[in-house]
Amino acid sequence: MKTLKFFFIIILFLNIITISYADKEDQLVIKISKNLRCLICQGQSIYDSQSDFAVSMKLLISKKIKLGLNEREIYKQLIDKYGEWIVYDTGLNKNTVILWGLPVLLFLVGGAIILKKLVFRKF
Amino acid sequence: MKNKILFFVLIFFLSFCFLVLFKSLDSSSIYVPEKSEERELPEFVSTELFLNEEITSNEIFSGNEFYILNIWASWCAPCREEHPQLMELSKNPSLKIIGLNYKDDPKRAKKFLKELGNPFSITVIDKKGIIAIEFGGYGIPETFVINKDKKIIKTYIGNLTDDSIKQINSLLK
Repeated sequence: MKTLKFFFIIILFLNIITISYADKEDQLVIKISKNLRCLICQGQSIYDSQSDFAVSMKLLISKKIKLGLNEREIYKQLIDKYGEWIVYDTGLNKNTVILWGLPVLLFLVGGAIILKKLVFRKF
Repeated sequence: MKNKILFFVLIFFLSFCFLVLFKSLDSSSIYVPEKSEERELPEFVSTELFLNEEITSNEIFSGNEFYILNIWASWCAPCREEHPQLMELSKNPSLKIIGLNYKDDPKRAKKFLKELGNPFSITVIDKKGIIAIEFGGYGIPETFVINKDKKIIKTYIGNLTDDSIKQINSLLK
């Protein structure tokens, strides 16, 4: 009876480990698919979309994770295939200079205007 | 005076918005990235439709020739439309056409090829659509031209037209 209990606990423990691992994998699939744009149904992420393209993409992401690829490697492979457009969080390059640079520029210009007004008010 | 300026600014802004929206009416909503550079051929393992045997991408693209990979399915109406073009291309001896049967029922796929002719040297099954994504595909039909160095040099999204056939033939020269 004791041996049976022991085996029962071992099996339970192994199941918990498997479930938590699968959970981690699923979480990563969700995280990656939320950062990918569905190219067929624009305006939706791969995670939100149920199109054939998105369904296959989610399966591919899951397969890549099982093969041991990390998040960054998966993004890189997909960018090579579909271009920078597929990721919502694009990196800084010559096409995205305005996207990344404009907020900084606006912040600096706005800051300068506010500073100027404050300085003028003082004197 | 101030009201007049405001009025002109408003008119200018509205005309600008109208022009932008009007111009976008003609453009396709499907974004196609510029993939000018050659891309590596993905590696995959699949099943041959007729032989029902496992086959690797290295076995499929083993020859020293130009290849065309066409993504198709029996349920896809545009695939039926472009089939005569593929049959025409299959007459070219310096070219091998590979079919990627996308999310299809094998029985229906075989029936489709029996009815319309089989332009493919090898037809592989892509049950889950993963191989199509590995190729950088959007949907079906879609055609990839692969050169002798095993690089994808051209992609045709949508069905092949007479113009695309001319383009492919000129790429082979």
